[in-house]
Amino acid sequence: MSNTAAECGKSLLRIEGLDKYFGGLHAVDSVSFDVTSGMIKAVIGPNGAGKTTLFNMIAGYFPPSGGEVYFQDTLITGMKPFEVAGQGILRTFQNLKLNPHMSVLDNVLLGCHRTGKAGFLAGMLSSGKSRKEERQAVEAVLPVLEWLNIIDQKDTEVGNLSFGNQRAVELARALASDPPMLLLDEPAAGLNMHETEDLAQRLQTIRDQGKTILLVEHDMSLVMDISDEIVVLNFGQKIAEGEPQAIQRNEEVIRIYLGDDNA
Amino acid sequence: MKQYKPVFILLVSIVLIQLAAVLLGKAFLLTQLTMSAYYVLVAVGLCMVMGYAGQISMGQAGFFAIGGYTAASLGTINFAEGTHSFLFRILDAAGLLIEETTLYGDVIQYLNPWVSLLAAILIAGGAAFVLGVPVLKLKGHYLAMATMGFGIIIYRIVLGSRVFGEADGISNVPAFPLVPGLAVSGDFQSRVSNYYIAWTLVILGMILLINLIHSRVGRALRSLHGSEDAADAMGVDTSRYKVSVFVIGAVFAAVAGFFMTHYNGGIGPSEAGVLKSVRYVSIVAVGGMANLWGALIMGLVLNFLSLRGVFGHFDDAVFGVVLVFIMMFMPEGFIRKSFWQGLKIRAAGLRKNRKVQSEGAAGE
Repeated sequence: MSNTAAECGKSLLRIEGLDKYFGGLHAVDSVSFDVTSGMIKAVIGPNGAGKTTLFNMIAGYFPPSGGEVYFQDTLITGMKPFEVAGQGILRTFQNLKLNPHMSVLDNVLLGCHRTGKAGFLAGMLSSGKSRKEERQAVEAVLPVLEWLNIIDQKDTEVGNLSFGNQRAVELARALASDPPMLLLDEPAAGLNMHETEDLAQRLQTIRDQGKTILLVEHDMSLVMDISDEIVVLNFGQKIAEGEPQAIQRNEEVIRIYLGDDNA
Repeated sequence: MKQYKPVFILLVSIVLIQLAAVLLGKAFLLTQLTMSAYYVLVAVGLCMVMGYAGQISMGQAGFFAIGGYTAASLGTINFAEGTHSFLFRILDAAGLLIEETTLYGDVIQYLNPWVSLLAAILIAGGAAFVLGVPVLKLKGHYLAMATMGFGIIIYRIVLGSRVFGEADGISNVPAFPLVPGLAVSGDFQSRVSNYYIAWTLVILGMILLINLIHSRVGRALRSLHGSEDAADAMGVDTSRYKVSVFVIGAVFAAVAGFFMTHYNGGIGPSEAGVLKSVRYVSIVAVGGMANLWGALIMGLVLNFLSLRGVFGHFDDAVFGVVLVFIMMFMPEGFIRKSFWQGLKIRAAGLRKNRKVQSEGAAGE
């Protein structure tokens, strides 16, 4: 990995005063935070806190009403999703978005799209360059499949896979092009305890390889186990930010999660 | 190389069919087989748009007509009538005119069809681009309606314009000499060579599309069919890809229309009709949507039967019924692996049952 000690600890993703209104609803209310390179940062909060909205704004699915997002000091607000991906921010979806009729390998190879160059003409003429690029992509992707234990199913149609394996395919697809940053939208949703433990280990390995992860997650034990930092949202506002231990002790966080005694 | 095996099988079948037709004294069938080949070219192009990229187009006949009418209108201009015109002198100097003497001894000079082929490709591709950019933002029924609207506009234009011959269309389109001794024309003597020209074109088209499917772009197209959001998230510029594949489908249709018009020596407005577009859609659907070979086989079979007049007055109705039937009972299409595998499994189950029964009977 390219990360040196000097690069580590540098802010990779910077979110400055993001706002989003849906009609009269203030879904995200001037949220700011930094994601340092080489860390796992989690965004938590009760349902409707604005987590997914925040994610969609970072990934370019809809424009913020105000505020900016910088990635490696490049302004990425206003970019379309494919352009954000081109910058090296790859995401997974809460509800799996795979092509069930394509093989595992083809689904994962889609993740290499952003680093490929062959266009329509090269593809139609099956030019030497495009075939070489294709071979290189396959070579790059196979170790990822092996690491996620889906190498044996590489030629199976994704629709025939178990849910846990489909999640693994999504993760493999996001990792395929070796991007510097991952956005994971509830990566543990629908996984059993054993699979969740596997996931926790894998995410830590990914981080240790120098990648940066921003995730939204409901599974508190997972979040507390693996996150280096946590941001808590409630009604669109950031109410706390810090290390897991500090968040666990934070009174306001406890209040919104467990309810107010005086309520 | 595995993906080219069916191409080889197709090549062999084409030769065998031709030999059989000639040996059995039914060489006249080659005419319908040639025309079917051109319709197949439209169908496989649409298959790429609809089956692989998931974008329905009900306007393919419009693109076919653009190709055909470009061939017809540019091909029937006799430049010998205005030898003093500026345009004539430019074209003549560039060597783009072909001189011919008619039966009556008149000298006519017409534009080299290679030039009009280029024009047909540019016009159809340009029209697809201009139409596709706004329209491909729509999905499903809305996209179908919008592309159908385009088809209707083209139909009304060719039907209502004096230059396009109104309801009569344009006839007396000259032959298209490809290389010396080989021309696209409806000449009785060149029936066999034209059969091969048409199917060579299909084979070339198939090779291009097969390559495309197995490329980086093809994978992106298939995945945008599965989920546009996911393709987008992986860095695929989905709007650009949709427009590009739409342009490719249009160019396939236009090239088919162009060659067919030279083959038939003319074109009429019925080729631009909406019902023709419905035909192409139903062929792709019955062929299994994301299945180039299915579209090719069904395109050949259904068009051949239709051109032979097997469906009689119910020609268009047959295609409509096919479409409804497929959508209701086999939305995955007729020529699809899972369908045939399902049959096999069921047949195997029946055999097993019978075996168990007979063994049971023997045991008693």
